[in-house]
Amino acid sequence: MSFVLRGVGVRHADQSHALHAVDLLIAQGEQVALIGPSGAGKTTLLHTLACAHPPTAGEFSAFDVQPWKLKHAARHALRARLFLAPQTPPLPPRQRVVTAVLAGRLPQWSLWQALASLIKPGDPDAAHEALARFNLQDKLYARVDRLSGGERQRCGMARLLVSRADAFLVDEPLSALDPALSRQTLDTLQQEATARNATLVCSLHQVELALGCFPRIVGLRDGRIAFDAARAEVTEEMIAALYRNAGREAQGELPVTAASPVAPRCA
Amino acid sequence: MRRPVPPPIIQPATLALLLGLLALICASFYTLDLKWGELFTADAARSSLEFLQGFAPPEAAAPFLLRIVAGAMETLSMSALGTGIAFVIGLALAVPASGRLGGSARAVVRLALNVLRSIPELVWAVILLIAAGLGPFAGTLALAVHTTGVLGRLFADALENLPPACESTLRINGASALGAFFYAALPQISPQLMSYTLYRWENNIRAAAVLGVVGAGGLGQMLKYHLSLFQMQQAASVIIAMLLMIVVVDGVSFRLRRRLTGN
Amino acid sequence: MNPRHPDPAWRGRVTATVIALVLLWPMLVSSEFKPWLLLDAQSLEATWHFLAGFFPPAHSREFLTLMLEATWQTIAIATAGLALALLGAIPLTLLATQSLSISHLESGRMRIAGVAVRQAARWLLVLLRSVPELVWALLLVRIVGLGPTAGVLAIALTYSGMLGKVYAEILESSETHASEALLQNGSSRLAALFYGALPAAASELVSYTTYRWECAIRGSVVMGFVGAGGIGQRMDESMKMLAGAEVSTMLIIFVLLVASADLVSSFLRKRLG
Repeated sequence: MSFVLRGVGVRHADQSHALHAVDLLIAQGEQVALIGPSGAGKTTLLHTLACAHPPTAGEFSAFDVQPWKLKHAARHALRARLFLAPQTPPLPPRQRVVTAVLAGRLPQWSLWQALASLIKPGDPDAAHEALARFNLQDKLYARVDRLSGGERQRCGMARLLVSRADAFLVDEPLSALDPALSRQTLDTLQQEATARNATLVCSLHQVELALGCFPRIVGLRDGRIAFDAARAEVTEEMIAALYRNAGREAQGELPVTAASPVAPRCA
Repeated sequence: MRRPVPPPIIQPATLALLLGLLALICASFYTLDLKWGELFTADAARSSLEFLQGFAPPEAAAPFLLRIVAGAMETLSMSALGTGIAFVIGLALAVPASGRLGGSARAVVRLALNVLRSIPELVWAVILLIAAGLGPFAGTLALAVHTTGVLGRLFADALENLPPACESTLRINGASALGAFFYAALPQISPQLMSYTLYRWENNIRAAAVLGVVGAGGLGQMLKYHLSLFQMQQAASVIIAMLLMIVVVDGVSFRLRRRLTGN
Repeated sequence: MNPRHPDPAWRGRVTATVIALVLLWPMLVSSEFKPWLLLDAQSLEATWHFLAGFFPPAHSREFLTLMLEATWQTIAIATAGLALALLGAIPLTLLATQSLSISHLESGRMRIAGVAVRQAARWLLVLLRSVPELVWALLLVRIVGLGPTAGVLAIALTYSGMLGKVYAEILESSETHASEALLQNGSSRLAALFYGALPAAASELVSYTTYRWECAIRGSVVMGFVGAGGIGQRMDESMKMLAGAEVSTMLIIFVLLVASADLVSSFLRKRLG
């Protein structure tokens, strides 16, 4: 099992609940889409899976160990197997793309290798290959602040490709991309996950893409799991209930979803 | 012509403060026992004039000018090396001083940096002369020690004010603390590091020019030497060289800073 | 191991490093950079002897009274010097500030004499502030003799240059509209300054002046080393006798003095700014 969550709750610093009694089992190599209105707790759930913060209630294990019962160093070693790609990847503006991408190798590198790579990129070909899969190979030696928002987002994804993680936790990877690029990006993520037998948990705003590409859909609302079902079992009503009275932008996409229950398969 | 009336509306507290300042100024003049007589009598004016006339014309013989160039080189080297050493040590000390190694380390290192900073280069030079002996090496060390205090604190502030997202993303993905520091924190503050360091270097060139007055090398040492032998023409050349160096450095640094920290 | 996509910046980096190393060498030579001298037995012993004297710091009643006097003298030199610098800076600022020019109004361009005076004032300001205060002190000590007079004058000269330049900048960057209107209606330059430019820029002027006062205190300590009075001169004497205990007391006083000048100046800036 990649992740096992039993009754997991997470509270913010201001004591408000971000997650409530979440039960979730995700097997190694599974590909799961997280959907739900803004503020439903998708990002918090991904951060919990990435061991970024301990759950305030319940049991959580990743790769069959309970990270928060491990010593600090062992937990940190575990984090190297999990890759969290935040929605807007925070990259130092004056860093070069090649360095930003190769930072995905940091957990495997010794300090010496890391420093050497700052002076002369350690594995530029790997970075080039990763960028090429997102059509960004021309930007290999450009500076991060010369990239557009969408390019920066894909640069963060290229970092995911060079990492050696066994689970990809990706937060809204398509928020700054146009539809064609969205599709290509999602394809690339899924191909990579399949090729390494890595688990992929991806939060998405675009319901139709989630239903079209992911075999398993988890709906989150108000910090609780609203449904957790195979794609075929997700009905129009379930989606409508999930987004009822929530933000308009998400609801606008619903008709598309409903019209094509058998969405074109992704890779 | 109408006499201007001072602007009205002064709060009593501010007025008291201003009166206090005035009292401080009066007390300063009163207690200092200033010898204006030495300056404003006809006799004094004549001797001052003679003193100033001694400067003209500045010594311009080629061998002497070569020595001045060597002195200027020495001054520049002292300032560059001192600033370079301070950059490295200041950066190393900025890490604990920014609270990354805990609150008590932060307090201790910040106190140390404050002490280094509040003692000027010249005083450090006088103290370091004992350990390093007369000459530019003591001056270099003195500049390094004082500048470490200044830069260490500026760097620590820059690190503290940094948005943490870049670094925490790498940490969450399993990078070591040092790895994340070098790949996220450092590149983010590097423009600030550069501009602070260049600014201090500019300051240090000026400081290095005068450090020699206490025997710590550079143009200052030449100035002190020739003045104490009453070789006024040589002293005048050294002063002109100092002025030139300071003006040139001002211009170059202004341009360089604008280019390096632009965009 | 030849990557297919080599770093285009790599050559530049290597070249820059080589150049830096080539430049570093003469620098190390010319500044006689020999750190191993610090570990030389003789110098270690001298240092050790000197530092051993640091504890306990000298604290006899007599010495502390002497220190109190010297500290006051340092503060007084800075204050009096800055007060004189203000006296010198204000007329120079008036001359150098373009927005306070009357001739500027009449033709839209300044008269040649006006331009000449303004340029002369600017060059004088540059000269005054570019000569380091310590050099002024060194020269003045020869004219007026050892003691605080040289220190006060040195601060007055250097700081009138600095204050004049920055005052002119502040006045020119602040709202010029008010002072222009006053000049056009026939006000004198002083009236234009008091009613137009000054209120707009007052807080900036005050905060810069207090900052300079803080700098002047440091400067007056340093100038003591060339004989211009105050705590610096005492420290010079103690250093020559290698009296570690006295030096350590003075260093403590020094750190405290700078810290409290820092406090006072930030208080003044808040209060008056």
